[in-house]
Amino acid sequence: MDDQPIKSGDDVVRVRQLVRTAAAAGGLSLVDQTKLVTAASELARNALVHGGGGAARVEAITAANGRRGIRVTFTDSGPGIPDLEMALTDGWTTGGGLGLGLSGARRLVDEFSLTSEPGAGTSVVVSKWSR
Amino acid sequence: MERVPIIKIGQVLFVSIQIDLQDDSVLQLQEDLADELAVTKARGVIIDITAVEIVDSFIGRMLTMIGSMSRLFDAETVLVGMRPAVAITLTELGLTLPGVRTALNAEKGMRLLGGSV
Repeated sequence: MDDQPIKSGDDVVRVRQLVRTAAAAGGLSLVDQTKLVTAASELARNALVHGGGGAARVEAITAANGRRGIRVTFTDSGPGIPDLEMALTDGWTTGGGLGLGLSGARRLVDEFSLTSEPGAGTSVVVSKWSR
Repeated sequence: MERVPIIKIGQVLFVSIQIDLQDDSVLQLQEDLADELAVTKARGVIIDITAVEIVDSFIGRMLTMIGSMSRLFDAETVLVGMRPAVAITLTELGLTLPGVRTALNAEKGMRLLGGSV
């Protein structure tokens, strides 16, 4: 699937809809769909607000044991995150929010990986498996 | 950006969110509600989220802020119709919506406000 650009609030909504459609088609339960879409909403907003815009890619994946899942990759070329450990702590915020975006998104998915380099942007990959 | 309509029913402002919420729409709703509360002197606000598929940390924080703001206008806010999957996700996200009362549906929400409006 092509990358969905994240340049506006409308794009964040579009990413949510793409993830919802893929998660439903991928056999995720309603609760798991909702968790993945919520995590995607947090990460898309991060890419927009902190990364100055970015892109999302939604993919259907299959594990070696045949289990199906959805993987979503968020990339931005913003300033990056200087202290990853801090950024993943509940309540830590630079945006004036509750500081639950990144840490909350991590709790809502099965797999979470974050790579960031100061000055070179941030990439977050999340996956959720069907049960 | 789509706008969420506010309907006045007696002493209550009724808001039914039927759109896929983007951040600007939620901010606009907060402003519109402040204006309506000041003009109408309503004593209660019901926010129906039956059609809302996700509440993330931003939307959750705005709902909490709407609750606090309404109180400054001497009005009580009740959030109604939360989907089970949304409730489970909010809890796992760590969002507890402090200060916002909830009811299962709009009818029960109206009854809850019955004592204060």
